[in-house]
This record gives sequence, structure tokens and C-alpha cells, in this order.
Amino acid sequence: MTEERDALIQAVREFADLELAPNAERWDAEKHFPVDTLRLAGQLGLGGESVREDVGGSGLSRLDAVAMFEELAKGDTTIAAYISIHNMVAWMIDTYGDDAQRERWVPGLAAMTDLGSYCLTEPGAGSDAAAITTSARRDGDDYVINGVKQFVSGAGSSAVHLVMARTGEPGSRGISAIVVPDGTPGLGFGRNEEKMGWHAPRGHQRDHAAGRRAEPSGRGRVTTNAGRAVRDRRPSTRDLGYA
Amino acid sequence: MKIIVIVKEVPDTYGERKLDLETGLADRAASEPVLDEIGERALEVALSHADANEAEVVVMSMAPERAAATIRKGLAMGAASAVQVADPGLAGADLGLTARTLAAAIRKTGFDLVITGNLSTDGSGGVLPAMLAELLDVPNLTALSSVEIAADSVSGGRDSDDGTMRLSAKLPAVISITEALPDARFPNFKGIMAAKKKPFETLAAADLGIDPQDLSVAASIMTAIAEKPPRSAGVKITDEGDGGVKIAEFLVENRLA
Ligand SMILES: Cc1cc2nc3c(=O)[nH]c(=O)nc-3n(C[C@H](O)[C@H](O)[C@H](O)COP(=O)(O)OP(=O)(O)OC[C@H]3O[C@@H](n4cnc5c(N)ncnc54)[C@H](O)[C@@H]3O)c2cc1C
Repeated sequence: MTEERDALIQAVREFADLELAPNAERWDAEKHFPVDTLRLAGQLGLGGESVREDVGGSGLSRLDAVAMFEELAKGDTTIAAYISIHNMVAWMIDTYGDDAQRERWVPGLAAMTDLGSYCLTEPGAGSDAAAITTSARRDGDDYVINGVKQFVSGAGSSAVHLVMARTGEPGSRGISAIVVPDGTPGLGFGRNEEKMGWHAPRGHQRDHAAGRRAEPSGRGRVTTNAGRAVRDRRPSTRDLGYA
Repeated sequence: MKIIVIVKEVPDTYGERKLDLETGLADRAASEPVLDEIGERALEVALSHADANEAEVVVMSMAPERAAATIRKGLAMGAASAVQVADPGLAGADLGLTARTLAAAIRKTGFDLVITGNLSTDGSGGVLPAMLAELLDVPNLTALSSVEIAADSVSGGRDSDDGTMRLSAKLPAVISITEALPDARFPNFKGIMAAKKKPFETLAAADLGIDPQDLSVAASIMTAIAEKPPRSAGVKITDEGDGGVKIAEFLVENRLA
């Protein structure tokens, strides 16, 4: 129904006009990550756009999501990008997580009372994401993760880190996505990278070392399909390009 | 308790507003139509009462058929149902006809309290609330800057240059509110998606026993229309030590003091 779609996109446009655009320049200059504004985005329904409704998601189509990111990016490209990354985390746990993981994490992510970070890129693996070397070794009910991540948007503010780590063969098929809650022993953050623009996602460029003995205690494994999910799913301003 | 909030679709407040010089009507194609902000605030008064109390909130509007999407925003914000009086015969209705039509729709819907804005952004008439109260034969509290709704009464404050008046009335009643009241809530995605499942009643003038052409009722007639003259340059006073005196003289001369 197109009238409903118009209303949804109009609501995002108003949010971007009122809450993002007037602050974007200042946030960038002050390297401020606006957690309060993200809570408002969550109230609007932007935290779990394609997440199923039983766990608080909005159940929208990909087409709706793209139109919404277009509106958000007009207000603040950085925050639009972060919200898209947060949505990747929410969507992956909703889609591949078990019932307990969905119930534990997705409602908070959908409301954006919990923020999510997507931890894929490594110093030695960017475009070639399938080459990551971070490893995860099963240890009873837990996984012990070893490795360093970088360019992790929102790191330092997130409740949930979805860490891509190798649990099997080389290449994308051997990668699993593991839920690492904030505060997991061994999880540490490096310095905030210097960069031009795109400052708001605070821990953005922080190294993210899910250290020697990260123990996501049983919540560990979301899926062995991370490789597939990574390829399928990068909804965002990346789909639109930057001006 | 049943609260009816009267809302209106208006040309975007921040866009250009034009009159059609042929018909004398607002040129609705000239800018994007929006829900009048003062109506949104009136709705917020009703919704925040309904959040904490047992109350049914109805949004009501007299507007062309195509305004349905704008009125539905009221449902997305949280109203339980909507009533739209849409009738080509009502195009260009003056305040009297608008009030008669809305009063008939309000009576048909049933109400304990009617909430309106103090005046619309486009017409700026500001008398509709009083006309509604007169036609419905209920008390009217106008221009409230604070509102308290109780089970059988409504009260609030009206600010004037000299102070604040405390007003109250037994229900049923009609009140109008000012911009001093809080901003309205954002509709969220859940609200927007729930809106399409909520009751939306569309009425024609005849359903309300209203004949827009009824010549036995006094109506306003437009006798002339002209475009707003372009702004002319103001008077510049250069201060040569007597600037203050000159400004005072200017104000006195133009009866502005
Ligand atoms: C603002 C921002 C936010 C980010 N947020 C996150 C996040 O939240 N989580 C996360 O995991 N990652 C994040 N990233 C990292 C991002 O996913 C990587 O930057 C991206 O995958 C590219 O990797 P790279 O920077 O190592 O560049 P490289 O892979 O080194 O690429 C550098 C250049 O070489 C080109 N190139 C690479 N390989 C080839 C090839 N085989 N043939 C020809 N050309 C090639 C590329 O096209 C590019 O022009 C973020 C990055 C940015 C800039």
C-alpha cells in the first residue's frame, strides 16, 4: 500500500530533519556519538527494520529500508550508516539466532536501548572479508575467540558485538557469527582512529580485540552461515553511494 | 470518555501560501499539504490524557477526499478512529457552514469533550471553536495554555497580557488550545501500520442533513480579491545623534506608539 509507505518514509524524513540535520555538523566536529538520538530512532522503529514483529521489529521490506536510509542519510550520513550496521546485527540475530538469543537480544536492539556492533573487518581483511583470521575455538559451551577487529562502528557503546570468527575451513564457509555481549572478559578496545569526517560512530575505528579468553558463555554461536549473510546483507547508504 | 479532536489539512506552514485568484480559495497545489501543527498539539492533549485514563480519541476533519492520508496521520499518532466529512459541495465553505457541518458530525459521533486548536495556520479565523460550542449548546473554554481533564469537567489556564485566568466547565464542552501546549508525539512505524486497520468513517454533507446551498442561512460572500502587494522597502533612519527622537516621531506619526 503506497499511502502507508509514504507515511513511513515521511516519518523518517521528519526525524532526519528535526533530530539529525541540525546536529550533524556539530556531532562530527565534536566526534560525538548521539546515543540519546539513537534511542529516539529506536522508538520510531528504526532499530529492527527487517526484524520480525514478535521480537519488536518493524517487519519492513528491503525496498522500504533503502528508502528510509536515503532519508536518514540526507540528515546525517554517518548516523544513517551506523543505523544500517546496527540493523545488520539485529537482522542476523533475528534470522540465524536460536529462540533464546532472539528473545534475549533482539527486543533491545529493535528499541535501540541496546546498540549493536558488527565486527567483521580486520587489519588484514577488508574488501576480502572471507580472509579473516580471527579464530573461535569451542571450549565446552563457550567459544574462545582470538583476534583483532578494526573499523567497528559503535564499538565502545554497544551492548552486543557480533563477531565474525573462523570456526572451520578457510574461506567464507568456515566463518561463524558469534554474539559477544559487552563486558565479556577479554574484550577490549583500542584507540579511536584519526580520520577525515565520519566521526560520530565513536568506537568506529577502534581495534576490537575479543581477547585471549572471550567467553560468550553458551550464547556463542548464531550461525555458520555468516559468509552468506555477509554477502547478502549490506543494506545501507552503501547501496546508494555517497555524494 | 469520548474526546473528539478537530484537525485540518493545511498548506505547509513553512512553504509558500497562495490564493487562487479565480476562485478565491487557497491554492492547495502550491505547497505540500500537512496536518496543521496546532491540531497535532490538540491531539497530543487528548492522547496524553488517554495514555493515563480511560478515553476514546476520535480525530475529525472536514476536508476534500484526498486529505484522508493527512487525517490518517492522527490515527498513526494514536487516535482510535477517524471521521472525515468529504463532499465536493463543501469546497470553499465559510466558517458558518464549516461549523454547522462539523457540529452535525460531532453530534452524530457523540462526545464528552471536543478539542480544537485556537486558530488554523491557513484560514486564521479563530472563531470555529466558539461557533461549535454555540451550535452544540455546550460551554466553551478558548485559548487554553494548560488543560486538565477530569471525569466530568475540564479546566485550564488562559494567558493574557495581564495574567492567567483559571477557567473550568462541566462536560460536555468544547475547548481550544494554544501553541503553549507541548509538541505532539511522532507517529512511529507501529502506529503507522496499525492506522490502516482503524475505523475511518467518511461522511457526505447529506449524511449529516446539511445542504451547503441552503439560502435560508446567512453566509459570507466574497466581493473582491487581490494578490498580496509585494513588500515595499521600509524607512531607514540614519542616526545622527537624534535617531531615538526620529524613531519616536515615526511611531507617533504612524499611530504605532
Ligand atoms: C566509515 C566506515 C565504517 C565502517 N564500519 C564497519 C563496521 O561497523 N564493521 C566492520 O566490520 N567494518 C566496518 N568498516 C570497514 C569496511 O567494511 C572496510 O573498510 C571495507 O570492507 C574495505 O576494507 P579496507 O578498508 O581494508 O580496504 P581494502 O580492502 O584495503 O581496499 C582498499 C582499496 O583497494 C581496492 N581493492 C581491494 N581488493 C581489491 C582487489 N582484489 N582488486 C582490486 N581492487 C581491490 C578496494 O576497492 C579499495 O579501493 C567500516 C569502514 C568505514 C570506512
